[in-house]
Amino acid sequence: MSKIVRTVANQLILFIFIFGLYIIIHGHITPGGGFQGGAVIASGAALMIVAFGSSRIQKGIKEKHLSILESSGAVIFIGLAFAGLAAAGVFFFNTLIGSPVFGHTPPTGPNPGDIWTGGIIPLMNVAVGLKVFAGLSAIILVMALASSGEEVEE
Amino acid sequence: MNFLTSNSSILIIAIPLLAAFLVPLISKASAKGRNIFVVVVTVFVGILVAILAKDVYANGAHIYTLGAALPDITLPRGYIVPVRIILEVDGMSIFMGIVTAIVSLAAVVYSLSFMKRETGQDKFYTLFLLMMVGMFGLEFTGDLFNLFVFLEILSISGAALAAFRTRFGDTVEGGFKYLSISAIAALMVLFAIALLYAQYGLLNIGALAAVIQFTSLDKLALALMAIAFAIKLGAVPLHMWVPDTYTVAPASITIMLMAASQACLYALFRIGFTLYGGTTGTISMGWIVIILGVLSMFVGVTMAIPQTDIKRLMAYHSVSQIGYMLLGVGVGLAVLGDTAALNAYGRQAMSGGIFHIINYALYKGLLFLTAGALFYRLGTRDLNKMGGLARNMKFTTIFFIIGALAISGIPPFNGFASKFLIYESVYQFSPILSIIAMLVSIITLASFTKVFQAAFTGPALPQHKDVKEAPRSMLIGMGILAVVIIFFSLCPGLIVDNIVQPAVDALINQGAYINGIMGGGL
Repeated sequence: MSKIVRTVANQLILFIFIFGLYIIIHGHITPGGGFQGGAVIASGAALMIVAFGSSRIQKGIKEKHLSILESSGAVIFIGLAFAGLAAAGVFFFNTLIGSPVFGHTPPTGPNPGDIWTGGIIPLMNVAVGLKVFAGLSAIILVMALASSGEEVEE
Repeated sequence: MNFLTSNSSILIIAIPLLAAFLVPLISKASAKGRNIFVVVVTVFVGILVAILAKDVYANGAHIYTLGAALPDITLPRGYIVPVRIILEVDGMSIFMGIVTAIVSLAAVVYSLSFMKRETGQDKFYTLFLLMMVGMFGLEFTGDLFNLFVFLEILSISGAALAAFRTRFGDTVEGGFKYLSISAIAALMVLFAIALLYAQYGLLNIGALAAVIQFTSLDKLALALMAIAFAIKLGAVPLHMWVPDTYTVAPASITIMLMAASQACLYALFRIGFTLYGGTTGTISMGWIVIILGVLSMFVGVTMAIPQTDIKRLMAYHSVSQIGYMLLGVGVGLAVLGDTAALNAYGRQAMSGGIFHIINYALYKGLLFLTAGALFYRLGTRDLNKMGGLARNMKFTTIFFIIGALAISGIPPFNGFASKFLIYESVYQFSPILSIIAMLVSIITLASFTKVFQAAFTGPALPQHKDVKEAPRSMLIGMGILAVVIIFFSLCPGLIVDNIVQPAVDALINQGAYINGIMGGGL
């Protein structure tokens, strides 16, 4: 792509990533969540692939690294569900709800200015976000590589 | 042990799910380690199913509420309807769980050698474990929306696995066909769930069954779900995907797809008996299931006769065998409201149909695996290009004979036991249906005699002169199924009394299922 596109993409990517992270971390109190935020971040990755070309991106990020990230996202999610089983004896039990991880006991219900109200839900959102970002980016990268005629690594 | 018993239902779903995503990570370190890991996980899940079965048969339905303070609190204080994800495992669910566990164990051991030549095996085992998750989830869930979610997991992983060996062109077609019909079926189920949710604001099967009114919207929802599951289990006239997909999928996946269609059969029965069991629609529903069953039996077997592709032939027989289960259980559904008829022959017909589910999964699984072994060694599925294989593939031949005799209902094999229960009881309901069932069984025997003669006897073809026996892990996979078939053949009474009867009672006794959910308050 032209220099204009690459420069704009370079500036924009930071904002896209921050917006995606915001949607993931606020997933339990505002509209959005892990899937939506992950998709936003993956759209940033798609922008980079379009602007710089898949072969150049591939030098930095390999598909196999993304698939490891994707698997880890899923493992973290299920691991958090197992944490409930280990701590309280029930699968998916919200072990962290109401616990003062950040120094104070969080309030329950809607409130201004405190995002630590969901227990393990935000952490699960992060895990889902990681999985969706890595999965979608890997798909876009592989499809871009395949359509540019380069060999895709197994 | 206590911990395992009380959490077994969720662990059966959660452990393969966790393992599925650990497989790619382990695979980076060692391929052999990954294979051992997958087998160990499958065996462990099998042990958990046994523990859960023991609990269900001793103490009745097993309830598990995800995320609650205690697993059996389905209705927390102040709630009048259940809000959490609830698993409810009763006699019928655990029966299907046993089927799935046996089939997955045989399939995973068989795959170790069978898939050795393929690339991307870590993806294969990830999808395989996800397919197990989908099946167990579908069978154990007490929640309609979860049923949809697990159906989707099952469909997507199944379609990807059916198309796994992309180096053969036709596999992609089979996989795509499965994906398309699954997408249509899943959307129909989702729409039906939306219709029910809009009216009652409930998703839990037990809670819904307690309040369902059988309005015209409910009838529409029932029709949508019945058609969707009839597509997924491959009943005539919705069977068009079965031969294409079963033929091209790897043999170990064919038997997993077969177990998946059994899980959808379970979903159909669960909807018919439990969700709509208290309504006035059971007679017409029963007749629809019976008609689907008779059509499947007859059309399936007549389509199987002219086939020369061994797996395609077996796939048509699958359609035909599904008909027996639909016929047996359909008779039970048709007389569900009539206690005298139910006790006279309805229960027996249902136990025949349900016993046939496990028998079918065992012997049909064994037959598909032998066909896979032939394909592995010869590279062809065409019966005209086989011959005299009994000389070199002795074990495969023995396994094929066991499977073929069992499917044709020859005494003393287990297929005879379940078919006889069906003949006897359906005859009291309607003699003509019973006669059709017997006729189909005879044609099945003729068809498998043809396969045996074409593939295993006669002079060996020159190009297959020094063909070798199937690799050891494939023989072990087939052996697992053969041993279980022989065990079932030797003591059918034990099986019927101990695992089939609880399943029949669980289907008939709608009140117990509802009470399991609604009675679990504080």
